[in-house]
Amino acid sequence: MAGTITLRKSAAGTPVRLATGESTAVRWLLIGISLTFLTLFLFLPLAAVFVEAFRKGVGAYLQSFNDPAAYAAIRLTLLVTAIALPLNLVFGLAASWAIGKFEFRGKQLLITLIDLPFAVSPVISGLIYVLLYGIHGWFGPWLAERGIQVIFAVPGIVLATIFVTFPFIAREVIPLMQEQGTEEEQAAITLGASGWQTFFRVTLPNVKWAVLYGVILCNARAMGEFGAVSVVSGHIRGKTNTMPLHVEILYNEYNFVAAFAVASLLALLALVTLVLKSLIEWRTRVQHDQEEPS
Amino acid sequence: MSIEVRNISKRFGNFVALDNISLTVPTGKLIALLGPSGSGKTTLLRIIAGLEQADPDANGQPVGSILFHDEDVARTHVRDRRVGFVFQHYVLFRHMTVFENVAFGLRVLPRKQRPSRTEIADRVHELLRLVQLEGLAGRFPSQLSGGQRQRVALARALAVKPRVLLLDEPFGALDAKVRKELRTWLRRLHDELHITSVFVTHDQDEALEVADEIVIMNQGRIEQVGTPDEVFHHPATEFVMHFLGDVNTFHGRVNQGTIQFSDLELPFPSDRQEINGDARVFVRPYDVTIDTKTNGLPALEAKVVRVHSAGPLVRVELLTKTNQHLTSEISQERFATMNLEVNSTVYVRPRHIRVFASNGTGSR
Amino acid sequence: MAIRIKQPSVLPGFGLTLGYTIFYLSVIVLIPLSAMFIRAGSLGLGELWEVITSPRVLAAYKLTFGASLVGALLNAVFGFLVAWVLVRYTFPGKRIVDAAVDLPFAMPTAVSGIALVAVYSPSGWIGRYLEPLGIKAAYTPLGVTIALTFIGLPFVVRTLQPALEDLEAEVEEAAASLGATRWQTLRYVIIPTVLPAMLTGFTLAFARAVGEYGSVVFISGNLPMKTEIVPLLIITKLEQYDYAGATALGATMLVISFAILLTINVLQWWSTRHKRGA
Repeated sequence: MAGTITLRKSAAGTPVRLATGESTAVRWLLIGISLTFLTLFLFLPLAAVFVEAFRKGVGAYLQSFNDPAAYAAIRLTLLVTAIALPLNLVFGLAASWAIGKFEFRGKQLLITLIDLPFAVSPVISGLIYVLLYGIHGWFGPWLAERGIQVIFAVPGIVLATIFVTFPFIAREVIPLMQEQGTEEEQAAITLGASGWQTFFRVTLPNVKWAVLYGVILCNARAMGEFGAVSVVSGHIRGKTNTMPLHVEILYNEYNFVAAFAVASLLALLALVTLVLKSLIEWRTRVQHDQEEPS
Repeated sequence: MSIEVRNISKRFGNFVALDNISLTVPTGKLIALLGPSGSGKTTLLRIIAGLEQADPDANGQPVGSILFHDEDVARTHVRDRRVGFVFQHYVLFRHMTVFENVAFGLRVLPRKQRPSRTEIADRVHELLRLVQLEGLAGRFPSQLSGGQRQRVALARALAVKPRVLLLDEPFGALDAKVRKELRTWLRRLHDELHITSVFVTHDQDEALEVADEIVIMNQGRIEQVGTPDEVFHHPATEFVMHFLGDVNTFHGRVNQGTIQFSDLELPFPSDRQEINGDARVFVRPYDVTIDTKTNGLPALEAKVVRVHSAGPLVRVELLTKTNQHLTSEISQERFATMNLEVNSTVYVRPRHIRVFASNGTGSR
Repeated sequence: MAIRIKQPSVLPGFGLTLGYTIFYLSVIVLIPLSAMFIRAGSLGLGELWEVITSPRVLAAYKLTFGASLVGALLNAVFGFLVAWVLVRYTFPGKRIVDAAVDLPFAMPTAVSGIALVAVYSPSGWIGRYLEPLGIKAAYTPLGVTIALTFIGLPFVVRTLQPALEDLEAEVEEAAASLGATRWQTLRYVIIPTVLPAMLTGFTLAFARAVGEYGSVVFISGNLPMKTEIVPLLIITKLEQYDYAGATALGATMLVISFAILLTINVLQWWSTRHKRGA
């Protein structure tokens, strides 16, 4: 094609480097350093979980689950999550409706307070409930008289789990509801919809991906929480041990294969969480791109 | 269903959005609320809809009223007012199809009043036919053009058989060509439906073309109410004069049956004796005639500064001997006969003037 | 006129949802947290001071904050690199790497803890090659630093990624057209622009590291005065029924965490103001 001007090509035909890019060598050097760093800190530990779990073969791996204490730990973890998750979901939706759809004084303070548990060490998250409900705590004696045990029992584990997963759903949904404003809700109301109809038919479908995202993160943390639960659990085997606590016990007993076997379930949970999280991020980005051009 | 607004005021902080507004919209008419941004027109519309509440008095007692056909709805929740409200940016439910959007108002009715599934489908398709979107029922809002979205929004508002239709800058977010098409279409639709309608706009052409009556608002007050002809040809205030098109302004003096401005003196009828002394004189560009020769009638001598001849009319910018800028609009035919060039000397004569006293209103 | 707390709205449910929000927030977060401060307050300044200045506690503070700082700094450097590579370049497996950055968030800390030991203990995958070099990773402050680097990585990468994506190519082109080398553009144009995000990420990583427990306790060895972190010390005191000591330590830690949180908010305010000014 005589006469056409080919941009970005030098005489030799090799692409001329953009003013704002790096040379191929530098690029691959940086990629190499990054991947090495990530391998040392992320990929090797992840691989280690599964390799150590199968170190003595599939038989030994499966044998690890043939243990009532392991079952009890799995059951307790699921139970605690099944209580904490819905409670935080309801809270997250209520908080984001109040904060996202209305203007009021003290809103910023409220948002900061909701984020507070993120700034608190897991160990302190457990400690505060021991100080409230423990035998030497404020309500401890009163509860003990009535035969109610919170600390070193399931209620304490639930409370500590709720605390550490408290902001997850709210902080995903609040900014989205704020961004979406109230116009669609106003439109629904002018068309005669009630408050609940507006919420379930208009608001919730618009934030469903953010809610799901929050739920997934909340779920992962609820099932995997270690520090806070460790403080309030009392480590009673078969009774108050969640999966992460069970991993610790097995590990401290030098029962490494069993410890890594239970850990591998949790690692699998983490991987599923990451996959779902990426899918939702991809999904919302596609949706966003569709809605942008107008 | 007529709409009557009585003594409505609204402040946002220190900003007065509406200052004791009263207004009547006759049954079956299409009314435009016209004004610049911040004039309170959208606030008034939202108060009629029930999306905002008018300010109460100092003791918190409600003030003013909104009447739909003599029924006071000021204390009725927007949900129960049965108004069709069309938002500026369409505000379609983005996760619902066109069909679901239009059906929404019917589906949220209490079970007893809710039509059956097939009745809803029939009604939705009937409405989609009305707004000429029959084939698009299954699309999502993101797959529609701006004009299509606005028509869906209209169909959605009409689905619940509203008593009145309220439209907030219905064409504000559309590009110029679609705007023009859609406003003729809205006028035809209104002629078919005859539903009492109020729409807000800041575009005077839109208001003049579409509305039966125009309410011109400025700084929270109503400046004038009238048919397009009335407000255009007989503006009640300086503001209306300015807002409805370009205008040349002069400072003048009214004195014993004459008015003087620039170095011109014209007779001023004595029936407008309330104007005396300083006055402001307005002349629309198309009321400014140009002659290359003086013909004995009182005229201003001016020089041509610029000529814009691309358009239906030729705009001529002029500078008078008294150093005043002035614009004239003449027909292409007349321009062709005149041979105007920059720096030509011409004689300018206002064919029609409006005079307002410098401190208030009044016109001729 | 009465001061209005809420601006009027046609949407219902404000009272219900705000009421529930405040109720739930109080029961779960505010009351338990204030309970700890009230208990710490009842200790008296003397006792409080005695607890938080005992040699073992001071050693734990030094380790916790020192290792957290080093970890956060490492993350600031390598996190920037990772974010840069993920935003600017394409390479096979990029999406997987991008998703994997969140692994420390998603992985239960106890699992991370034992996995890190498996990698860095003297007989571990990497540890066995470090041993002959005289480097002991596990059961030393280095091990603590490794765990805290692991835990903080996503914070820096995830705050830097959007900032790097927002960079306008025109600014870099302008710098290049004015004769700047790539390095100068990086040094004088790119880094100053993303610095607020970098600082926010650094502070978040640091804050998380200071409170971290699960991923550290396995690799640290938990030797008093040597490799004992503050959260572990709190648990130890609780197990010895030393509620006063645990409370005092917890309260001071929390005050420090709040100070960090405040810093983050100030940083964010500063960076948004910065952007608006641009």
